[in-house]
Amino acid sequence: MDKQGFFGKWGGAYIPEVLHQTFQELNAEFTKCKNDPAFWQEYVELMSTYSCRPTPLTHAENLSRHFGGAQIYIKREDLNHTGAHKANNVMGQGLLVKRMGKKRVIAETGAGQHGMATATMAAKFGLACTIYMGEEDVRRQRPNVFWMEKMGATVVPVTNGSRTLKDAINEAFRDWVTNVDETHYVFGTVCGPHPFPEMVAWFQSIIGLEVAEQIIRYHGKMPARIFACVGGGSNAMGIFKRFIPESNVELVGVEAGGHGIATGLHAARLSGTDASPGVAQGYKTMFLQDDDGQMQETHSVAAGLDYVGVSPILSYLWEKGRVRFEAATDTEVMAALDLTMKKEGIIPALESSHAFVQAFKEAPQLTPDDAIIINMSGRGDKDIFTIAHAFNDPSWKDFIIKRGLEYSQGK
Amino acid sequence: MQLEQQLRDRLEKRDILLMTHIVLGYPSFDTNREVIRQMVENGVDCIEMQIPFSEPMADGPVIVRANQEAIKNGTKVADCLSFAAEMTASHNIPFLFMTYYNIIFKYGEEAFFEKARGCGIKGFIVPDLPPEEGESFLQLAAEYEIAPILIFAPTSTDERMRVLASKAQGFIYCVARRGVTGVKSVIGEEVLEYLGRCRQATSLPLAVGFGIQDRDDVSALIGKADMAVIGSQTIRLVDEKGAGAVGPFIAGLR
Ligand SMILES: Cc1ncc(COP(=O)(O)O)c(C=O)c1O
Repeated sequence: MDKQGFFGKWGGAYIPEVLHQTFQELNAEFTKCKNDPAFWQEYVELMSTYSCRPTPLTHAENLSRHFGGAQIYIKREDLNHTGAHKANNVMGQGLLVKRMGKKRVIAETGAGQHGMATATMAAKFGLACTIYMGEEDVRRQRPNVFWMEKMGATVVPVTNGSRTLKDAINEAFRDWVTNVDETHYVFGTVCGPHPFPEMVAWFQSIIGLEVAEQIIRYHGKMPARIFACVGGGSNAMGIFKRFIPESNVELVGVEAGGHGIATGLHAARLSGTDASPGVAQGYKTMFLQDDDGQMQETHSVAAGLDYVGVSPILSYLWEKGRVRFEAATDTEVMAALDLTMKKEGIIPALESSHAFVQAFKEAPQLTPDDAIIINMSGRGDKDIFTIAHAFNDPSWKDFIIKRGLEYSQGK
Repeated sequence: MQLEQQLRDRLEKRDILLMTHIVLGYPSFDTNREVIRQMVENGVDCIEMQIPFSEPMADGPVIVRANQEAIKNGTKVADCLSFAAEMTASHNIPFLFMTYYNIIFKYGEEAFFEKARGCGIKGFIVPDLPPEEGESFLQLAAEYEIAPILIFAPTSTDERMRVLASKAQGFIYCVARRGVTGVKSVIGEEVLEYLGRCRQATSLPLAVGFGIQDRDDVSALIGKADMAVIGSQTIRLVDEKGAGAVGPFIAGLR
């Protein structure tokens, strides 16, 4: 890091004055925790008793054989409590909240996984909880909305702007400036004002620390490449961080190609050429914006990748050439998801499936002596409506129609 | 110094000044033109013109919607700049730009200062640019003689206020309460005590905004602050009753 909170020219803390004092306190507490080995131990202990850490590294033997190239390994973040890597960050921030003595947490969510994780943390730690979620995402991630509410959280559908993740972030900030004294904003990814990018990357780095040991144990050497999907970038930073100094390990971030980069309907910030430097949502990074600096509409089948900005840390690593960025289209994602289910009996989230797409493209270029690792950031259960719809599944449709009819008849 | 002096001159004749807010391009530049005319004719002392941004993080529902609609109507930064030039040429009060930092950053900081000075703009209010991130911005502000108006909040410590005051010019914008624009503030003991702290921290004029909506709010500030800021309320008024309602409303505030 260069100037406080900057990675090269990216990052910073572009925050309204009302939040200045709270950020001072947050920075102080975070610095204390970072320098206290007992805090990290407490965190690992919590993650191994409340969640499923260490999560397994699965050798995908059938997929490896199918592509006939590299050995494919899958890091199973889906086996975390609540089904995604989001729990790593949330439980870490939960411990911070307890130390700071705040009584309420708020969060934005896209796919609903971060909201889910925050709602569980709030239930466990006895905190009040409000989750902001774009109206569009409420619709496409309905199962997560149901569970958040059942765990006692208030879910607020956001109807401003594009009604997706960025709008949920704006709304969460508006809540925070209003209720700053008692409330902590559990930011869900490695974006936003300093110290969030650094803090979230730190909590998520537990993924890569485990992987480094696991791959040596199973494969005897470092992997050739690591693939992770990139929305804000937290699962990617989580698995990449440990490997940044390992110059022989190629790190590949996969963004949402949506309907294809040429259509303009995508969320490819670093893999395409549509993004440019900007400052919004509290930080400086590459944004999908027009010449005036107005943020543009994004599109992805995966709510968690459907976002205009990207981690300032990743913009920095992209600029330095340390992380390569690619994009996967909605159609490619469905095919990779289908193949993974059939070959391995594993159901990746739509977000995670983006990483699978790129890994499948590159596996044949390598030899069986090479290992590649896919970060499976989450499980696909939450996507059941979207996936069933995309596969045009007849028996599912029939079930929904019948159930809808029963409900409408008051049964 | 320019802006501060203009306000001080006006304070000779008034016990409190009025600053109003409009969102450029909402509902249209024609309406903006008429609203501004009515504001000036009825004694408004200073106007902040908001260049719309797609992510107005510090604003409440009324101004958020106005920003979105303005952009949807096709309002461009270039249109806002030429409209500003027209207004400063037509009316003899100071005009400011309020916007979010990305609009300036994307335009190019120096180019934006140069252009704004050419348009006769006297100050900038940028709620998401704290001085820590605004080193070059503050330098350019000095160079181009456009006042960087910084913000005090009730959560600002005395020490923080002094830091901000040392970098600000023109006046200090005191946010009356925690939260976003548009929700009514009660000017009670807590606010008055906070304004006392603001007064202690700086000799610059104090403007008070966020939720100032009527004559009672304005008169409660007399003697405690130098300028009352009316934001969302006039936008609401224009939405409900049209531009013609603005003049009488402003006239009734003091
Ligand atoms: C399963 C899953 N993967 C990935 C993401 C994208 O976030 P990030 O890029 O921060 O990992 C999300 C976000 O909601 C998610 O739920």
